[in-house]
Amino acid sequence: MSASPAIETSGLRKEYGAKVAVADLSLTVQRGEIFGFLGPNGAGKTTAVKMLLGLIAPTAGAGRILGRPLSDIEVRRRIGFLPEHFRFYDWLTARELLRYHGKLLGMTDAACEKQIPELLEMVGLIHHADQRLKTFSKGMLQRVGLAQALLNDPELVFLDEPTSGLDPIGRRMVRDVIRHLRDKGCAVFLNSHLLGEVEITCDRVAFISEGVVVRTASLRQLIAGETTVHIRAAGVTPETLEGLKQWGREVRADGTYIHMVVDEEESLPAIANWIVANGARLYALTPERVSLEDLFMEVVGDTGEVK
Amino acid sequence: MSRIALIAQLTFHEARRRKIMWAAVLLGLAFLAIYALGLYFLRGEIITGMDQYPQGTLTAVNMLVMMALYAVNFLIIVMTVLTSVDTIAGEVASGAIHAIATKPIRRAEILLGKWLGFAVMLVLYATLMIGGVVLITRALTGYTPPNVLRGSLLMVLEGFIVLHLSLLGGTFLSTLANGVFVLGLFGVAFIGGWMEEFGSLMYNETVVNIGILSSLIMPSEAMWRWAAYLMQPPLLRTFNVSPFGSNAQPSLAMVAYTFAYLVAALAIAIRNFSRKDL
Ligand SMILES: Nc1ncnc2c1ncn2[C@@H]1O[C@H](COP(=O)(O)OP(=O)(O)OP(=O)(O)O)[C@@H](O)[C@H]1O
Ligand SMILES: [Mg+2]
Repeated sequence: MSASPAIETSGLRKEYGAKVAVADLSLTVQRGEIFGFLGPNGAGKTTAVKMLLGLIAPTAGAGRILGRPLSDIEVRRRIGFLPEHFRFYDWLTARELLRYHGKLLGMTDAACEKQIPELLEMVGLIHHADQRLKTFSKGMLQRVGLAQALLNDPELVFLDEPTSGLDPIGRRMVRDVIRHLRDKGCAVFLNSHLLGEVEITCDRVAFISEGVVVRTASLRQLIAGETTVHIRAAGVTPETLEGLKQWGREVRADGTYIHMVVDEEESLPAIANWIVANGARLYALTPERVSLEDLFMEVVGDTGEVK
Repeated sequence: MSRIALIAQLTFHEARRRKIMWAAVLLGLAFLAIYALGLYFLRGEIITGMDQYPQGTLTAVNMLVMMALYAVNFLIIVMTVLTSVDTIAGEVASGAIHAIATKPIRRAEILLGKWLGFAVMLVLYATLMIGGVVLITRALTGYTPPNVLRGSLLMVLEGFIVLHLSLLGGTFLSTLANGVFVLGLFGVAFIGGWMEEFGSLMYNETVVNIGILSSLIMPSEAMWRWAAYLMQPPLLRTFNVSPFGSNAQPSLAMVAYTFAYLVAALAIAIRNFSRKDL
């Protein structure tokens, strides 16, 4: 596989009249990476994906997908896309829909006939394969949409809120699908504001707020990285306190409490050992976990107002 | 299969699945059956009439055929508008276009595929209806209007004008607005055609020019008027002021203009759609 990243953009911008939907999108998503794109309602997530897929023309900026410019048609053979509100001709059956999409993707009949039943099975619609879409519920439509996005065994998949309208089983199915894609080396661009889901599935996330990417970070960094630890212990000598500095910074004693910032979660057992081995009595050692949700609130603000 | 043909196939599939095709064919056949039945019962009078007052009878039979063809002409237009008015606009509104336009297919190919599908339907429907009227008339009375092939082609051309405008409107209007747009233009052309007709009857150049202007904006009615002119017996041409006939001279320049108009409308539709934010 070529060395070009899955997605590479610089300064992508979209204005609708006076409204700036996306101000400056510059990011890189590696091959095989599961990339979470997070942001509140109206932040510009869907607009960003539509620009990447050539559905809307950027006002400024450029980008490449799988090494090809955004306007390239043929590269779309290797891309899958689940739109935000998946809709299709309701007079088709699920199987017919997938057949047409297969043909649009330039797949052979043999490849279609092999893939379609497998995908229908995977999204749990095998028993509704020959039912017209107009009889489908919202979640069922979403499932066909997901199957449609995976037909061509893509190298890069865009999922815009894939779990919207899905029941808990469906959500788990989406998670499993994403894991499966990761195993196959497929890159995933996941638009979401369901943070739990992102926390479980993504390698890296970007936060977008009012059209600006405000932070990009690997999830491991975010979650297992810098942690504030609160320790409650009695009989801690100044030497013991001083010794704690080997695992972290900002060590501060406050009565029976000690607060400090450690660089990685892995230091926690060593800290506990150190305290006990120096003759102090340890009552509690609590890492203050930064959840993605806290981070989300911190990064995008928590006014709850759609901007 | 080419991508254009695939989209055309989808368009056809839709017409079949949504029973548009069936309804059009069945009601078309009903139309032809009524026409045939009427003609069948008039047959005796027509045959005697042909012996006694050939000129008058011929005129009457021609009137009858032209009336039927006028209705067919109108049906072709309405069918074309109804089937195609929603095609791009509806898919943009529902979001169905997102799943198509992100596949390896050019926007131009999507539009041309739709065009192909509707064009084939238009030609099939026109063939059924015009062919039906002409063949029934011939079988029951032995009469065939003059220039029937050229006349029919002009009627089909009128259908294409409406189709192209409907595809064009779909690239920037909602479904309903598009229907209003196309039928509204048809109305403009219709009243303009009448003005031209009366103007020329009364030798009023200004009124004729108003008519010509409206034909340039929307050449649909002009196509029917020339078709009607061609398919009348020469005697009727000078006097017939009714929607079923015409005293307008067909002009090759106008047909050439119409072709240019068709190409331009489709080209603008493709350009609009290619640049449209979906
Ligand atoms: N066609 C349009 N015309 C004008 N403004 C638009 C258009 N599409 C989107 N916007 C605006 O651009 C901004 C970003 O919209 P977008 O759909 O990308 O948000 P989002 O992050 O996907 O939100 P959500 O989480 O609700 O799906 C919003 O403020 C929206 O009002
Ligand atoms: Mg969105």
